[in-house]
This record gives sequence, C-alpha cells and structure tokens, in this order.
Amino acid sequence: MKMIYLYISLVILSIASLFIGVSELSISALSNNENGARELLFNSRVPRLLAILLAGSGLSLAGLVMQQISQNKFAAPSTSGTVECAMFGYLLSLIFFGDGGSLWLPFGCGILGTFIFIKLIDSIQFKNAVFVPLIGIIWGNIVESMVIFIAYKYDVLQNLSGWTTANFANLLQGDYELLYLAIPIAIFTYFYATRISAVGIGKSFAINLGLNYKKVVMIGVVLVSVMAVTVVMIVGQLPFLGLIIPNIVSYFNGDNLRKNIPLTAALGAIVVLVCDLLSRVIIYPYELPISMIISTLGGIVFIYLLLKRESHDR
Amino acid sequence: MTDKKKIYLLLIINSAFLVLLLGKGLTFDNYQFFLSLRIPKVIAIVLAAIAIALSSLAFQTITSNRILTPSVMGFDSLYLLTQIIIVFICGSMSVFYLNPYLNFAVCTVTMMLFSVVLFNFYFRSGSSNLLLLLLVGIILGQVFGNLTSMIAMMLSPNEFASLQANMFASFNHVKVELIYISLPVIACAAFFLFKMHQTLNVLWLNHENATSLGVNVKATNRQVLLLSTILIAVSTALVGPVLFFGFLVTNLTREWIQSYQHRTLFIACVLIAVCTLLIGQFVIEHIFKFQTTLSVVINFVGGAYFLRLLLKKQIM
Repeated sequence: MKMIYLYISLVILSIASLFIGVSELSISALSNNENGARELLFNSRVPRLLAILLAGSGLSLAGLVMQQISQNKFAAPSTSGTVECAMFGYLLSLIFFGDGGSLWLPFGCGILGTFIFIKLIDSIQFKNAVFVPLIGIIWGNIVESMVIFIAYKYDVLQNLSGWTTANFANLLQGDYELLYLAIPIAIFTYFYATRISAVGIGKSFAINLGLNYKKVVMIGVVLVSVMAVTVVMIVGQLPFLGLIIPNIVSYFNGDNLRKNIPLTAALGAIVVLVCDLLSRVIIYPYELPISMIISTLGGIVFIYLLLKRESHDR
Repeated sequence: MTDKKKIYLLLIINSAFLVLLLGKGLTFDNYQFFLSLRIPKVIAIVLAAIAIALSSLAFQTITSNRILTPSVMGFDSLYLLTQIIIVFICGSMSVFYLNPYLNFAVCTVTMMLFSVVLFNFYFRSGSSNLLLLLLVGIILGQVFGNLTSMIAMMLSPNEFASLQANMFASFNHVKVELIYISLPVIACAAFFLFKMHQTLNVLWLNHENATSLGVNVKATNRQVLLLSTILIAVSTALVGPVLFFGFLVTNLTREWIQSYQHRTLFIACVLIAVCTLLIGQFVIEHIFKFQTTLSVVINFVGGAYFLRLLLKKQIM
C-alpha cells in the first residue's frame, strides 16, 4: 500500500518539476505553442526531469549495492572515495588531453578507488559499522587533497569545482544522455540481486554457497563506480544520497535486496526531485546548487541514523 | 635525549627557519619593503600555530583521548558559519561586519555559546563511542561548511563579493589586520590555559580519578572549552580552517615527548606546531614556488597519518 503512495507522489512531483521555473509554462501555452513553450519543455524541462530521475535513482541503487558488497550499512560512493578518485581521473584527462572528454579516465580511476577502499576494509578484521565510513571519508579526503594539490599547480581548480558542484540548471537536451546508463545498471542489478545479497551476508557464507566471491565483489564494484561516476560527471556530487536512501528503505521494508531495488530507486528520485524543487524556489528567480541542499539535509539525516543506531545498541 | 633537550632542539630549529623565512634574499635596499610584508605573515603563522596547538591539546585532555581535536569535530567550520550568519542577519554594511574588532568579538562570543551546545550534544552521554563521535564530528563539520556556502549564495551578489574577499582566510591570504587584536587575545587565553596545567595533568588520568582527587571536572571542562573556543576562533580568523593540523601536531608531540606533564606537553606542542608551519611555509615558498597551499599539504600528510593510526587500531 505504502508503495503506491510513493509512486503517486513521484508522478505528481515530476509534473510539478516540469512546470516550476523562471519562464512561465502553462498547459494552454503548450497546446497553442505560444512563445516557444514546447521548445522550453523539450529542450530544458524534460531533460532536467529525466536527469533528476536517473541520477537520483541510479545513485541510490549504487549505494544499495555498495552497502551489500562492503557488508556495511553506512557505505556509499560518497563515503568510499569513489567520487574523489573520479575527480582525480577527470583531472588527469584535463591535464593530459586538455579537456574533460576522455571518459575512460574518470571511470577507470573511480573503479580503482572503490576497489582500493574494498581492499582496505577487507584488511581490517572487525567490521565496526562506524569504522568503515570513517575510513572511507578519510581516504576520500586524502585523495581530494592530492587532487587539489595537482589542480592548483596546473591552474584547473575552477574547472574542477564547477565539475563537482551539482546543479541541474544547466542541463539541456544533449547533455544528460549518458545518465541512461542507470537503466541497464538497474536491470542488471535486479537480476544479479540474489548473488549480491549473498555476498552481503559474508565471505565464508557466499563461498559456501558456491559463489565466486571475488567475481561478484568485482562486478559490484564496477556497477557502483560506473553509476556514481556517471552521476558526478553529468550532474555533480550528491553527497549522502546513496547512503541514506537505502537505509530509510530498509528501515521500513526490511532487507530483501530484490524487493528493495524499485523502492530505493523511486525514493532516491523523489528525494532529489524535492531537493531540486527547493533549490529552485528558495532564492527565486535564482537557483541554489542542489549539492548544497542535499548535503546539508543528507548530513543531518546521516547523523540522526548514526545516533539512533547507537541508542538501539545500548 | 631528555625532553628538555628536545625542547631546546626545537627552539633552535624554529629560530633557524624564522631567520630563513624572514631573511632570505634580503639586501640593504629592499629590506624595508620585504620585511613589511614578511613580518606580519610570519607572526600570523606563529600565532595560528600556538592557538591550534594549545586548543587541540587541551581539548584532547578534557575529552580523554588522543584523536578528537576541535577542527575534526567541526568547531572551525562553526566559526565560519557564525561569521556568515552575522552578515546574513545584519547585512555586510553593518558595524558588526565592517569593524574587524567588533566583528571578531561578536563572532567569538556567539561561537562560544554555540560550542557549549555542540559540546553538550557530543558528550551528554558520558562515555560515548569514540569512533561514532569522530564520524558525527566530521560530518557535522561538512554540514556546517555546506550551510556556510549555502547562506553565502543566498546573500545578494554585492554582499557575497565583499564577503568572499574577506571571510575565507588561508595561509596564502593571511588576515594581517587581525594580528593586533589576536595577539593579546591569544596571550590571555594561552596564559590561563597554561596556568591550568596541573589540573589538566590530573584530568588526563580520566574523569573518575580526577573527581576523587578533588578536581571539579565539570567546571574545568567548561573553562578549557571556552578558552579553546577563543583560540580556535582566532586561528580560523587568521589562517582559515585546517582539518588535520591539530591532530598531527598533538600526536607528534605525544609520540616524541615522554612526559605526561602538561607543562612540558604544551610547550613542546606549540614548538612543534610552529616548526611544522614554518618549515611548511618555507618549502611552499622556496621549493614549490607557491604552486600549492600549505593547508592542502597539511591535510594530505595529516590525513594519511590519521588513516594509518586508525588502521593500526592505536585509537581503540
């Protein structure tokens, strides 16, 4: 029953997102095509909506998979150095090729960085739920300071901060299509879900079931990194999104990975939609970058989740 | 080597780098111009080092651990947030913003109130989980930073421009005009903190022992917290936030100095902090030729050191 409300609100919010903006857009204007209303709709509003939906759901799914393969509730692309390593890759492509066009570099570095993080937490014996994101955040910090160091030297700091600040405002037709990667990734994750959740129970358990543990983890790493890096490249950083959405879903709906996949995707899209609407309305007619809103709200929710868990433990 | 000898050694290194930083390339013709630029910068760096070292060490003592420092717990982002909230409420043309002395005073007092709230939020439950505290602190620091930039964007463009130039200090952009006010403030705070060194020695034993030995733990905590807050405000105003610097110098001090006496620790920690910043600045200026900033290098080194300690589980 709850799920239906979720999907209904998703549809309503999507329609609202199409009609809220600096330029007036109304149904009557659309039907008469006054003042280029249709161009506005199809060149700016629809791409923006699609980008929001794809980025929100894709990143939440990436968080869900990450939490399974690292066997930790508080792991996500933003707390495992994936995003910072992708920044490193983008920086390399800026320096060596003069533009950010070499996509394989951010992807490669993102995958490598996530893999290093998985190895790092694999080397510690006890998996304290708080310890893992802590290590991930610091690992990300170290990579980021390296990136800033190099970027400062080559004078590309500004490109870099423009690249990572999330903003849906400047997405037009033709900018966001790479985000469609989220769809095959989501479908693949759906069919691969049982294996990923077996890995999520534990290494020895997964091996006992006859799984190729290393292969599944590696596929998970690639899925997570590709999704997270795509979002960073097209939209920018949406910190904590991949972390909190799966936690909220599993709080209400248990831990069945396959059942949770559509819910997680829908909730992620809704949260990003709401934050994007907020970012358009707060200082209307200007816009705030959505990354600020999402990381402020997300950070607070994350702290709430942490403290709540702590009080349960006691 | 005894602790005393180590302190003398640090003093010698410090003076050597002080002379190098001030004196390199000085000739009879240019010394007036060069020194007028270099002296305030070096003073600001030294002051910031003193403030960070003292506040971090004292903060670690009252929280009885070796990892938590005010900047890791988000206190210096809190300072920037306070600063921008004041501009947001009063406007950038108000006296609270334009007069640096008044601005500093208002910011510091507001921040002291906030930091008591924050401290109670962290430590209300007595012996809480250290790692949890650390994670919450780091994230809260990020949230404060984000709020700061969000409010900055919500200001009108004129206000934002005047703010951007003024608010975000860094090692390359030291706020020289604050030196004259921060000098007496740091001197006072350092004096009072230093005077408490014997109480802090007892407090380091842990709270129960300190209580039974006759220390009023709550009152001492509050005093140390307020003094640290003042020091953090000064250092953030002078050189901006440096996430891992306090952590780096306090742990280097505790590894290198055998003594547990806070008198020795305070002196050594200040000297190590000054030494690190002076050497760092010298390397940036003369080896990297200003191609990077000191805070980036410190965050890299400090972060790596932090990760190493975490992974070696020395922190548990």
